[in-house]
Amino acid sequence: MTPVVASEGEPSTPGPGTSDPALATLAVAMTGIVKRFPGLVANDQVDFDLRPGEVHALLGENGAGKSTLMNILAGIYRPDAGEIRVHGQPFEATSPRDAIAAGIGMIHQHFTLVPSLTVTENVLLGLDEPRFRLRLQEYGERIAALGERAGLRVDPEARVWQLSVGEQQRVEILKMLYRGARILVMDEPTAVLAPQETQELFRTLRTMTASGGSIVFISHKLDEVLAIADRITVLRKGRVTAAGIPAAGRTRPELARLMVGRDVLETIDKPPVTPGAVVLEMRDVRARNDRELPALHGVSLEVRGGEILGIAGVAGNGQTELAEVITGLRHCTGSIRVNGTEVAGRPPRASIAQGVAHVPEDRHGTGSAPNLSLTDNLVMKSYRSEPIARGWLLDRLAARRQARDLTTAYEVSAPSVDTEARLLSGGNLQRLIFAREIATGPSLMVAVQPSRGLDVGAVATVHRLLLERRTAGAAVLLISEDLDEILAISDRVAVIYEGRIRGITDSAAADIETLGLLMTGDAIDGSDAGAADA
Amino acid sequence: MSAGMPVRRHWLPIGLEAERRLDTPRWLPLATLGVGLLVALLISGALLAIIGADPLLVLRHILIASFGSLGVLSDTLVKATPLMFTGLACAVAFRMRLWNIGAEGQLFLGAWGASAVVLVPMLPAGVSPFIVVPVMLVCGILAGALWGGIAGWLKARFGVNEIITTLMLNYIAIQWVRFWVFGPWSEGGFQLSRQFPREAWLPRLTDFASVVRDFAGLTVHLGLVIAIVCAVLVWFWLSRTRTGYEIRLIGDNPRAAHYAGIDIGRTVILVMLVSGGLAGLAGMTEVSGSVHRLQDGFSPGYGFTGVIIAYLARFNPFGVIVASIAFGGLILAGREIQPAGIPSMIQGIVLFCVISSDVLLRYRLRVVRR
Repeated sequence: MTPVVASEGEPSTPGPGTSDPALATLAVAMTGIVKRFPGLVANDQVDFDLRPGEVHALLGENGAGKSTLMNILAGIYRPDAGEIRVHGQPFEATSPRDAIAAGIGMIHQHFTLVPSLTVTENVLLGLDEPRFRLRLQEYGERIAALGERAGLRVDPEARVWQLSVGEQQRVEILKMLYRGARILVMDEPTAVLAPQETQELFRTLRTMTASGGSIVFISHKLDEVLAIADRITVLRKGRVTAAGIPAAGRTRPELARLMVGRDVLETIDKPPVTPGAVVLEMRDVRARNDRELPALHGVSLEVRGGEILGIAGVAGNGQTELAEVITGLRHCTGSIRVNGTEVAGRPPRASIAQGVAHVPEDRHGTGSAPNLSLTDNLVMKSYRSEPIARGWLLDRLAARRQARDLTTAYEVSAPSVDTEARLLSGGNLQRLIFAREIATGPSLMVAVQPSRGLDVGAVATVHRLLLERRTAGAAVLLISEDLDEILAISDRVAVIYEGRIRGITDSAAADIETLGLLMTGDAIDGSDAGAADA
Repeated sequence: MSAGMPVRRHWLPIGLEAERRLDTPRWLPLATLGVGLLVALLISGALLAIIGADPLLVLRHILIASFGSLGVLSDTLVKATPLMFTGLACAVAFRMRLWNIGAEGQLFLGAWGASAVVLVPMLPAGVSPFIVVPVMLVCGILAGALWGGIAGWLKARFGVNEIITTLMLNYIAIQWVRFWVFGPWSEGGFQLSRQFPREAWLPRLTDFASVVRDFAGLTVHLGLVIAIVCAVLVWFWLSRTRTGYEIRLIGDNPRAAHYAGIDIGRTVILVMLVSGGLAGLAGMTEVSGSVHRLQDGFSPGYGFTGVIIAYLARFNPFGVIVASIAFGGLILAGREIQPAGIPSMIQGIVLFCVISSDVLLRYRLRVVRR
């Protein structure tokens, strides 16, 4: 099944990889790493090596053990077995501090920045220098100079909350470089970026490797891996299925097979559906974000039954707020009609009563109750009505029955329906949320970043479920930062930028370059944006 | 390469390492409770040994003084009864992560409301106890619920922190009762009311001594039964009803509850009403079942001990019953051993250890060799 044997990755290094001089030329050599968690082996005899000046992609589905392996390298976990050498020296980190002292910096998916502090303050946070007086001016200049050299341009005096996500990521990288990191581990860095920002990140990474730095690039996006990586290591269920194979000449299907262990159908079956009546109609909707700043500036749009409207955009341009006003979670002005009934400014129950289902962006924070059972999580929308409710009582047997049916139908794999929701993997939790929302028989489905952080198989399921809703005649509003996803399954595409909808087009006619420019605020043509607002 | 390899020095060849648990087995909460209690016992024993007492002897003494005979067991249960109510009051609110630490004030107001029935008087003299006691129960519940409800409404309407409001309302309630027992209801200028007439007393076991002779002198009263019934009702409410589900959902993740369409403000007020009502029952049963009059400082902090009880019971209604009896015994034995000091110190150590043992629920500890 595996076309590439582990040892084939080695030929470009001089000499066999086992002798000490060869090891010394490697930036990182991890051999025989084993890490067990209760009930699973996250890393099973994993070997991984990183050469100076290369981008080494670590590819695998969610739960394959990529992040675990790198968390071991970054000193967050300790391995149960195995050996790590950094520049030939034995390395045993017990904290991220040890790792950074050895020049290893990890940049996590969720940024660890303090929004109200400036770039300089964030970079200096937690360091011993400067000692008492901060001398921010002086240090700011140093940081700016470092950024200039590394191709990471940010204003050191800007406050982090004012920065775009791409800029924030640059600050994270800068933080690590300032601490002397020469080995950078990036955990799915492109998940939050627009296409142009991704290109910019890639340029930065190239600058770094050109000056001798090494980069581990964790991802499950095949295109990106092929675009940036020099070598690729693929993990599946904690084991290596391809060790450091050269990226040149690899194809997407080949990598997907290594990741998933079988052929993955990447084609999406999208039957033609004639759009029905207007289900969602928004007119001049305005809302504020959590910081009380305007987040939506007069949004108007329509979605018909049997139609998927994709909303593309870079994170933080009002997507979250857009979903929340429709589902009643956020106060707004203007008009939102679902099946002709006004729901703007009404509580969430008003939207639920109109058949609005919501797959929220934050699966853990909004979409589920982590310490309650799967049953409790599955009846969140249906506990008010028969058969779960018996007057003011709750029929636990009926609830469990429904939970069992839904977990079976939607392939939520868990020991039992009494399992706590926090123990589910991302894909399983998302299937649970879809199961619950679809079970309500929605006429409108609002899905926000539904496939973020999911593996290839789970993403395919999410897309299939959304298309099934469309076939069933429901209106679907798909809000996503993944342009490929939007173009693949939407009927029409709109771009949201700074709380305004710009340019609604048929997805068949959409052009990825134009959309990318709209997403970053570069309107090519004023009339285009104007037409969309009208 | 900017720095050398990290060098770690360790004082011991072995060390403890904590790792986040991914799953919680069913037996674990009980096991950690046991570990916590054991450690508390060891620390208490060590402290007793330091001050020159024989720990085992003290422990034996505590057990005999609180559970040694039918008589002291009855006294223990009398002490435990108000703790059960306040413990339940706190457990209900804490389930929703609503930090009602105002059970003391709600208890005082409940006692005041029940006393008002007798002292105003709201009913003519000589009415059957079958009418007086239920009316007192209702008034006690209503007064306590009102006091809890104020904090709940402020929280729901204006987002006022309930910890502050319930704490402050305690002082108002205590002074309010003090005003009435010093002034309008004072008996001969003392800070207590006149004794309630017999028809306003909750029946005690000793009242049935003519039927069962062994009941003579046993002061345990109907409040105990009411408390146990309340525990069952609270359990049923939280685990078997729609509102109970909403409370659990809000307690675990308010954002998810909001997303599920639950009116959180309404539930906050409801829970504070119920919590206050339960604490009010503590006051009612105490004045009607045990003290038989309203007096200044009739509660030695039952409301605050309720917070401890709720935590010890991990917010489980039946756990509240068990923890209350244990604490009732400790209060009683306290008077036996020493009027102040050691027993309340042991209480503190127990709570400290049990709450600290929670870390074992979330982390797995391993011994590692350095």
